[in-house]
Amino acid sequence: MGFFVETLIGGLMAGMLYSLVALGFVLIFKASGVFNFAQGAMVLFAALAMARFSEWANIALGGDNLFLANVIAFFAAGVVMFIAAWAIERLVLRNLVNQEGATLLMATLGIAYVLEGIGQTIFGSEVYPINVGMPKDPVIMFESLFEGGIMINKEDFIAALIAAILVAVLTIFFQKTPVGRALRAVADDHQAAQSIGIPLNRTWVIVWFVAGLVALVAGIIWGSKLGVQFSLATVAMRALPVVILGGLTSVPGAIVGGLIIGVGEKLSEVYLGPYVGGGIEIWFAYMLALVFLLFRPQGLFGEKIIDRV
Amino acid sequence: MIYRENGQFKTTYAADQQIFTIAQDKVFVLGVIAFAFIGIPLLADEYMFRAILIPFLILSLAALGVNLLVGYCGQITLGAGAFMAIGAYAAYNFMIRIDGMPLIFGLLLGGLASAGMGILFGIPSLRVRGLYLAVATLAAQFFCDWAFLRLGWFTNYSSSGSVSISNLSVFGWGIDSPLEKYLFCLCFIVVFAFVAKNLTRASIGRQWMAIRDMDVAAEVIGIRPMWAKLSAFAVSSFFVGVAGALWGFVHLGSWEPAAFSVDRSFQLLFMVIIGGMGSILGSFFGAAFIVVLPIFLNQVLPALGHLFGIEISTAGISHAELIIFGSLIVFFLIVEPHGLARLWSIAKEKLRLWPFPH
Amino acid sequence: MSRKIGDVILDLQNISLRFGGVNALTDISFDVREHEVRAIIGPNGAGKSSMLNVINGVYHPQDGKIMYRGKERKKMEPHMAASTGIARTFQNIALFKGMSVLDNIMTGRNLKIKSNLLLQALWLGPAQKEEIEHRKKVEEIIDFLEIQHIRKTPVGRLPYGLQKRVDLGRALAMEPQILLLDEPMAGMNVEEKQDMCRFILDVNDQFGTTIVLIEHDMGVVMDISDRVVVLDYGKKIGDGVPDEVRASPEVIKAYLGAGH
Repeated sequence: MGFFVETLIGGLMAGMLYSLVALGFVLIFKASGVFNFAQGAMVLFAALAMARFSEWANIALGGDNLFLANVIAFFAAGVVMFIAAWAIERLVLRNLVNQEGATLLMATLGIAYVLEGIGQTIFGSEVYPINVGMPKDPVIMFESLFEGGIMINKEDFIAALIAAILVAVLTIFFQKTPVGRALRAVADDHQAAQSIGIPLNRTWVIVWFVAGLVALVAGIIWGSKLGVQFSLATVAMRALPVVILGGLTSVPGAIVGGLIIGVGEKLSEVYLGPYVGGGIEIWFAYMLALVFLLFRPQGLFGEKIIDRV
Repeated sequence: MIYRENGQFKTTYAADQQIFTIAQDKVFVLGVIAFAFIGIPLLADEYMFRAILIPFLILSLAALGVNLLVGYCGQITLGAGAFMAIGAYAAYNFMIRIDGMPLIFGLLLGGLASAGMGILFGIPSLRVRGLYLAVATLAAQFFCDWAFLRLGWFTNYSSSGSVSISNLSVFGWGIDSPLEKYLFCLCFIVVFAFVAKNLTRASIGRQWMAIRDMDVAAEVIGIRPMWAKLSAFAVSSFFVGVAGALWGFVHLGSWEPAAFSVDRSFQLLFMVIIGGMGSILGSFFGAAFIVVLPIFLNQVLPALGHLFGIEISTAGISHAELIIFGSLIVFFLIVEPHGLARLWSIAKEKLRLWPFPH
Repeated sequence: MSRKIGDVILDLQNISLRFGGVNALTDISFDVREHEVRAIIGPNGAGKSSMLNVINGVYHPQDGKIMYRGKERKKMEPHMAASTGIARTFQNIALFKGMSVLDNIMTGRNLKIKSNLLLQALWLGPAQKEEIEHRKKVEEIIDFLEIQHIRKTPVGRLPYGLQKRVDLGRALAMEPQILLLDEPMAGMNVEEKQDMCRFILDVNDQFGTTIVLIEHDMGVVMDISDRVVVLDYGKKIGDGVPDEVRASPEVIKAYLGAGH
């Protein structure tokens, strides 16, 4: 029983990270109707920037103030993500207004390649650590409930906390601020929003920037856990089933979907994997999403699509 | 001979429905085919065959398959690599498990197996489209990646995880040298290109395009969406599967699942975008472009760097490749969504009017 | 006029259609007789297009019965409706914009093409012969609609009026028994409208095709239709020959508002 709960919690933690990446997807899809395949590349790009800026700032500061170096690096990486968002809007999105979803999707594949290439050219292509002082030691909990207790990584715990805070902040941002309202208006109808004076282009820069920041946070958490390396870009592939499950337009959907996929993956790997040779995590998530697609194409929380003739 | 259609009148519908309605086009394409069969074997060296020509031919075939699905039927796929894998592994199993299986049959059976799986993974397209479908096809990709890696039966329990096939021969003709491999692939691609062209100008092709352009209207005039979409998946997967089998058997000789990863799927999609969606010719342009570009960059970039006194590493080149590929994708989507094929046809239009453009 | 109006071919009984909580159509009954021109009119949002969508199977009504040629029609998908001889055109032209005029109209022949995938793939004798046969039919339609000069033009490049004509051509290629026309003259100038009226009446006259038509131009409707149904807010408020409908106080009220 203790083992099951441990697996469950491990799944939830992994799911939280998926949720973060999925959140980036949802933000961009809501505001611009773009299914952003470059989200994974953005995570890689942001994490690379963070890791290297922190390293360089640390050297510049003489190596004795890691905290300050990290703060500087965070803001520097934020600026880089802003530049990226601006460039994407300027060079790509602006020229593809009113194109079909599939075209935009393929364009984001192109963006992903460019981001990966530029990121590695500027920041290098080795494995870099991110050290933001996350505690690595595990804690044993609920010893009274289960035999031997349950082992949880403090790091995972903090990561989940950060993710939860981020979601709360984003929800407030979307619901309560004028910029958030503008974003939602643009999401509903580009042209109508434009006609009442909401600047489309600026809104897109903002939303891609916000998605960039989300990617940065995801990158930091992931990077401090496993180090920053190219495989981070493939994390987008892991998060795709999440958005399908949760619904492309739903923030809570991204969270719940992430948790379901995280738990599903872990449980299937632990309990089903041994029978079929292991390594089933990835496709299991996809199959789950696929089955879901067939019965509820709009996802858990998505809006139903009605065709009109 | 000036490129002109003056004086070429069509008096029957049959003549008007030919593949090349302008005589010069026909002569040109036949010339290209003849050159491919006779001229190139005389001119190309072993490196050309191995590094450029054979990959180009096989990937053209795969791109053609993807184009039928994406360009003609409008169903996006990010799982083409998986269907190449299915073709390759199915053909492998047909070859080793059935004694005396002729090579061509084995390859075609590989294609058929791929077509069957294509229908299976195409079923979601009946419910969802666009972005959602892309994800469904990725499911095929990841499932196949896993199955061919972990399920020993597919690889005949090979201990290294890689499978190999040797001593290819057709009717007693051994396919060993690069030249023979090239000619073998060329025969396939010529036949398949002809088939693709026929399909796209016949009723089935019109059904695909109707579904692509306006699916509700297509259904209202009596096109069954299920038949149109699944047949596109089947035919496309058949093409891609045969290409996969050729890739494994003829080009690689021995291979692992990584040869057909998701990167391969993206690559095929890029060929279609750059070459031209909904164009047979475009598939060839796209494949040529993507096969040649890395080789070109490998030659040119270091030289260019040298000129400015910068040393460009191998990693640097591969990063530059990523940037250039990505930019080109975006560029083509924005500037010329119909790809190189459209540029080609614009050039032809101009040529028809030349030298009196007004 | 020489044509003869026959028996009831399509009978809609107590049709109700809802989307979520919205009643698009409420308890509508009317019939269509063979060879007649039947118009559906009504203000915007009256449910006219929904009515056509019910007839050709795009929408499935929650209540009511559809009798087609004396038999009850169960739940039906659009392509099945098409195979029973119901064709239609669209309010916002729904042509296949990547294809030429010729190919667009050829798609209308789809149901009649029998050769299988393999024959088509190899362009073998029967497939080619069939292709030519249907091409002849399509050329007849092209002649009829006077669009010979644009047969190889991609439809996306055509002006609006011609696109409407191609849309009609594609429906005609199906050789339908019932032709549903959704605002065939919307957005046209007077000459184009006259052309279109001529085509519609010719189709009705020469091929005996039954026509169900939605149109806003009252002059046109009253001129060319045999009987008219009036819808308002998803309910039927009038039904009869043009003169009756024109005189009906309820119809006048719906069109001019209660105050007049």
